[in-house]
Amino acid sequence: MAVNFENVEVTTDLLILGGGMGACGAAVEAAYWAKKNKLKVTLVDKAAMDRSGAVAMGLSAINQYVGIKDGQNTLEDYVRYVRTDLMGVTREDLVASIARHVDSTVHLFEKWGLPIWKDQKGGFVHEGRWQLMINGESYKVVVAEAAKNALKDCGGEIYERVFIVEPLVDGDRIAGAVGFSVRENKFYVFKAKAVLVAMGGAVHVFRPRSTGEGLGRAWYPPWNSGSSAYFTIKAGAEMTCQEVRFIPVRFKDAYGPVGAWFLLFKSAAKNAFGGDYMVERRDELEKWAPYGKAKPIPANLRNWLGMLDVMEGKGPIYMRTEEAIKKLSDAETDEKARKKKLKELENEAWEDFLDMTISQALLWASTNVEPEVRASEIAAAEPYFIGSHSGASGAWVSGPEDLLAGNPKAKQDYFWGYVNMCTVKGLFCAGDASGASSHKFSSGSHAEGRIAAKSAIRFVVDNGTQPKVDAAKVEELKKMVLRPLQTFEDNCRKTTDPNINPNYIRPKMFMFRLQKIMDEYSAGVSAQFSTNKHLLERGQELLGYLKEDAEKLGAEDLHELMRCWENVQRMWQAEAHVRTVLFREETRWPGYYYRADFPKMDDANWKVFANCIYHPDRKEWEMKKRPIHALVD
Amino acid sequence: MPSFVNPEKCDGCKALDKTACQHICPNDLMVLNKQIEKAYNREPEMCWECYNCVKICPTQAVEMRGYADFMPLGAQVTPMRSTDSIMWTVKFRNGMLKRFKFPIRTTPEGKAEPAGGFAEGDGDLRSYELYTGPASHGLKGLTTLKK
Repeated sequence: MAVNFENVEVTTDLLILGGGMGACGAAVEAAYWAKKNKLKVTLVDKAAMDRSGAVAMGLSAINQYVGIKDGQNTLEDYVRYVRTDLMGVTREDLVASIARHVDSTVHLFEKWGLPIWKDQKGGFVHEGRWQLMINGESYKVVVAEAAKNALKDCGGEIYERVFIVEPLVDGDRIAGAVGFSVRENKFYVFKAKAVLVAMGGAVHVFRPRSTGEGLGRAWYPPWNSGSSAYFTIKAGAEMTCQEVRFIPVRFKDAYGPVGAWFLLFKSAAKNAFGGDYMVERRDELEKWAPYGKAKPIPANLRNWLGMLDVMEGKGPIYMRTEEAIKKLSDAETDEKARKKKLKELENEAWEDFLDMTISQALLWASTNVEPEVRASEIAAAEPYFIGSHSGASGAWVSGPEDLLAGNPKAKQDYFWGYVNMCTVKGLFCAGDASGASSHKFSSGSHAEGRIAAKSAIRFVVDNGTQPKVDAAKVEELKKMVLRPLQTFEDNCRKTTDPNINPNYIRPKMFMFRLQKIMDEYSAGVSAQFSTNKHLLERGQELLGYLKEDAEKLGAEDLHELMRCWENVQRMWQAEAHVRTVLFREETRWPGYYYRADFPKMDDANWKVFANCIYHPDRKEWEMKKRPIHALVD
Repeated sequence: MPSFVNPEKCDGCKALDKTACQHICPNDLMVLNKQIEKAYNREPEMCWECYNCVKICPTQAVEMRGYADFMPLGAQVTPMRSTDSIMWTVKFRNGMLKRFKFPIRTTPEGKAEPAGGFAEGDGDLRSYELYTGPASHGLKGLTTLKK
C-alpha cells in the first residue's frame, strides 16, 4: 500500500450501523436488553451522533403520531392512510408494527426534553391528523443524548467518523462489517453476531435542480448516500419497492417544508394564472381510482396534478402564503387580536424554516420575501430514495408474528422468525433501510429502530455462536476499500493537473456521470419524470460502463475515499432502481415517475411488490413478484 | 461558501483537541488549515447549510453566505444558541431586520434519561412489547389489529 493502514478489530454481539433516528432508537432499546442478557452493543456513525443523519439540522414537526391513548385514531386508520398514499403497495404488518409503538417513542422524546407544542388543554398541537408541531432545533441532540446515555449504561461502544463499506458474511448469515476512519489511517473490522442497518436513504443519485454551489441543497441531506441499500444488497438481501422513489414538492430551490403551509395554515398552491390544480384537474384523479378518489389524496397524485400544470406552461406554481395568512388573521374580529394573530403566524412561519431548512429563511431574506405580503414558488424536487417518508425502497423484512396470526397466507409470505430481520440471517433493518413500510418519518424510524434492536438481541440470545470471518476475505476487502488511494498515488504525477488524468476518475465527476444517466434515462427532472423501456435499457448500458470505471476511482485523501465509496453506493442504488422500474410494466405513482410506454395502472398484473435480489456468488440479479396481503379492511 | 470562516475571529480552536466545526459537520466538510491555524469549508457545493458549524463555533467565526447559484447577495441569517433557546437575527437584502426566539429543549443538557421515567415492562425478551411499554404508550397493553 502507498499508505499504511492499521487494522482495528472489534468483536461485539450487536453491531448498530448508523447514527440517525433509527440507530438512536436501536441503541436505547438494545442497551436495555443487552445489559439484561450480558451482551455487548457497538454503534458506528460516519459523523458525530449529536448532529448526524437526516435530522441533523432539526425538524419543525413530528410527522407520525397516531394518538391511540386519547382515541384520536386507531392502528387500522394509520394502515389505511399509508396504503392509500402508496397506491395500494404496502406491507400492512410492518406499518402497523411501527404505528403501535410510535406514540410511546414520541412520549419518550417529550420526557427527554423535546418541546412539543401544547394547546390550552395541555394536549399536543396537531399540524395535521398525524402530525405534531415541535420546537425541533435540538431534536437530534436530545435523541442522540438518550441513545448515548443508554449505551454508556450498558457498557456499549460508539465509533464516530468511521465509514462503513462492505458487509462480512458467513454462509447465509451476517458476520459483521468493514470500513475505515475518515480521520486517521485505520481500517476497521467489526465482527458481530447480529447487525442492525440504519444508515439512511440516498440523495444525489439523480441530478439535482441546482448544480453549482446549490448542489448540496438537496431536500434530504447529501450525506445520505445509499449506504443502507448498498450494504443490504451486497449482503445478498432481498430488496423491495426499489422503484418507489420519492419526489417532494417543496418551496423552490431551498426546499423549505410545505407541510405547515398546507396543513396548519390551510394554504392553497396555485398556478401563475390563479388556477388551483387540485380543483381544476379533479377529473384526472378518476384515472387513478380508488386511490385518486380517497382522502387525503396520495402525495404522488397531488404532485402529478401540479406537474400537468407545469407541462402545459402554466408555471410558476405558487404557495399562496399571503392569502392563507390573511384568511387566518381576518378571522379575528377586533384589530388588536388581528395584529396579535398576524405576529403569531409570522413567527410560526419563520420558525418552520429556521428549525429545519435554514436556507429557505436565507432565500426569503435574500429575495425580500415576507410571506404575509407575497407568495413563494414551489416545485417538484429531484427523486430521492427514502423509504421512511413517502417513498418505499428498502430491504424486505420479516413482520411480527402476532399481527399476522389471523391471516395464514400473509404469515407464510411475511414472517420468518424475527421482526425486522431481512432475508439474510442476523441482518436487521430500520428507518430508510427497511422497505414497504412508508410514512414512519423521524418518530417511526426511531420506533422501528427499537423494534428491530429488541428483535436482534433476541436473535443473538438464540444464536450465540460468533460467525466465522475469513481472514483472507478481510484482506481482500481491505485492498478493495483502499484501492482508490493507491490508484491516485500511483498515477497522480503522470499529468500536470491531478484533476485530469486518464488513469483514474475522481469521485465528483463519477457522481456527475451517474446523475446525468439517471436524470436523462430514468425519469429525472430534465426528463419531466418520464421514461420508457428503451430509455431505461440505454441507461443500463451506460451504468454498465460506469460500474466498470468504478474500479478506477481515485482518492487523494480519506475524505475523498469516503466520497468514492458514497458514490459506489449511489450507483448500486441506481442499478436496483432502474432494474425495478423496468420490471414493473405499468405507471402506478405518476407523480414519482411515469412509464410513457405503460401509462396506466394495471392492477391485474402489478398489484404486487416488485422485489429484487443480487446474488453475490454469481454476480447476478433476480427479479420477483411478491403478493400483497390486506390485513385491514 | 456556503459556510465561510472569518479569519479575524477563528483561532483554530486552540483550546480544544480538534476544531469544533470539524467535530460537528455531518458531511465532513470543515477542516483546519494547519499552516494558518484557521478552519475552512473544503467542499462548499456539498454543504447542506445546516448551520451546525455556525451554531457550535465558540468564537462566532463561522457564517453563511447563501448558495451563489440561486441566492441574491446581501442577506444574513445568524443564530445565537444557548442551552435552552435559540435566537435568530434575519437580515434582508433590503436591510430589514427581524428577530425570532424559540425554545430548543425542556431538560438540562446531558439529562435525557433513556427510560424517560416510565416504568419498565415485564422484561420478556420474546414479546413484541418494548422495554418501556406499556407505560410509555399510556395504555394497559400493546395494541393489536382487530381480527
